[in-house]
Amino acid sequence: MPDAPEGWVYVVARNAGIDRLRREAVADRRLASQARVLGAGVARDERAEPEVDPAEWAAELDDAGDEQLRLLLLCCHPALSRDTQVALTLRLAGGLTTEEVAASLLIPEATVQQRIVRAKRKIRAARIPLTLPADLAERADLLATVLGLLFNEGYLAHAASAEALTRVELADQAIRLTATAADSLPDHPELAGLLALQLFHRSREDARVDAHGRLVRLADQDRALWDRTMIRRGYAVLGRALAMRNLGPWQIQALIAAEHTRDPIDWERIVRYHDLLLEQAPGPVARLARAVAWAEVHGPTAGLAQIDEIEGLDGYHLLHAARADLLERAGDRAGAQAEWDQAVALASNPAELDYLRHRRDAIRIAEAPRDPLRSRDLSPPTTELDV
Amino acid sequence: MKYLLLIASDPTLPSPEPGDPGFDEYMAAWTQYTQDLIDAGAYDSGEALQGAETATTVRHAGGATQVVDGPFAELKEHLGGYYLIDVDTLDDALEWARRLPVGEGAIEVRPVFPTDMS
Repeated sequence: MPDAPEGWVYVVARNAGIDRLRREAVADRRLASQARVLGAGVARDERAEPEVDPAEWAAELDDAGDEQLRLLLLCCHPALSRDTQVALTLRLAGGLTTEEVAASLLIPEATVQQRIVRAKRKIRAARIPLTLPADLAERADLLATVLGLLFNEGYLAHAASAEALTRVELADQAIRLTATAADSLPDHPELAGLLALQLFHRSREDARVDAHGRLVRLADQDRALWDRTMIRRGYAVLGRALAMRNLGPWQIQALIAAEHTRDPIDWERIVRYHDLLLEQAPGPVARLARAVAWAEVHGPTAGLAQIDEIEGLDGYHLLHAARADLLERAGDRAGAQAEWDQAVALASNPAELDYLRHRRDAIRIAEAPRDPLRSRDLSPPTTELDV
Repeated sequence: MKYLLLIASDPTLPSPEPGDPGFDEYMAAWTQYTQDLIDAGAYDSGEALQGAETATTVRHAGGATQVVDGPFAELKEHLGGYYLIDVDTLDDALEWARRLPVGEGAIEVRPVFPTDMS
């Protein structure tokens, strides 16, 4: 647990009942569930499995004060598949039930069970250890990847009505686990960078969705709804990470998210951050995000020119959304409409789909050409591309 | 706990032959690796295999056996050798696999069924 956990307490408090119960129960349930998952049967087909003594695992865990960290590292062991790492992290380190894991990840419970059963078998048969690994830096990076994925999963897919609550809980669960990891591995600033990034994102939760449940772009959000305490916490965590002078992709993304909390936003600075990010983690999605920031500084046409140079993202809905938005701002409504259509055809997340449809339909309805001055206020096409 | 390190590599990639420059260094790295395993008390056995073009597969199917030319799986990478090592955990085995002096290739790490259940 971080010191001075104002923002932290807030995260926890807002989910009152279930959350508090869960937090209190996690310590107890962790060992219990650990024992249950790794020991006694989860599914029927496991009865054939050789029994393992749950007490043996529990005893091994009890011996060390850093049990939560070791459990997290075990869940994110590179010998397990990424899907398994994610499910196992929620199940073992997060203390969720199989049913809750399934609901959180929007996958069938049977799939979760199967992943956990297989993981359990492999952990036991291949003897994946609970000890702290020698290559801790590498494992910390892996841990950050999985925790980042978990948060995204919860944060991105939020706002799809019925699942909304579960998804917010998943994002909070990811924040909790990241805080634990960052706390246990203070020499690995990327975990703190990830935590800061998550806090900045989470601070906008109340402003991200309008009364109709539709995503609101960052530039259109009511900043009064942003959680200032959580933002301050993000700055504090990020400050400590940056002081270690060991910059990595998560810290840079947190820097970008931090800049987005400022008013006015310094887009030139954001472009520089994206350049740094591209040096550390090159890839077409990172280039797309940079192009969107570039458009804020140099105008939509310059941004479009950059997007045109990106290869291998034709099937990515956000590339088309970015193009659509920039074409719209450049006054090419026909071109924009075609791109919105493509974006809609490619998107799968309900909240994003709803947003994209809304943008597409808005352009159809619009009769008069846009006021060119107004378009300067527009932000990147989606909240997710802001960072 | 014993682990089998199955070493696979692409046979089309050049590797030094006896007499080639660099061959002695290449062999020395393997000798050193084996010695390190012995010194660590982790060595059980290990051999290098002749090329996959020397392989013959005996296939049992439907009560009959068939002898076929070639390895049992046609892959880009061929099984080139193995080490059987005895270490505590998968992490130790993975570390030894990492240290193998293969230039390019892949090592499959498989736990051996334990003979005693202690």
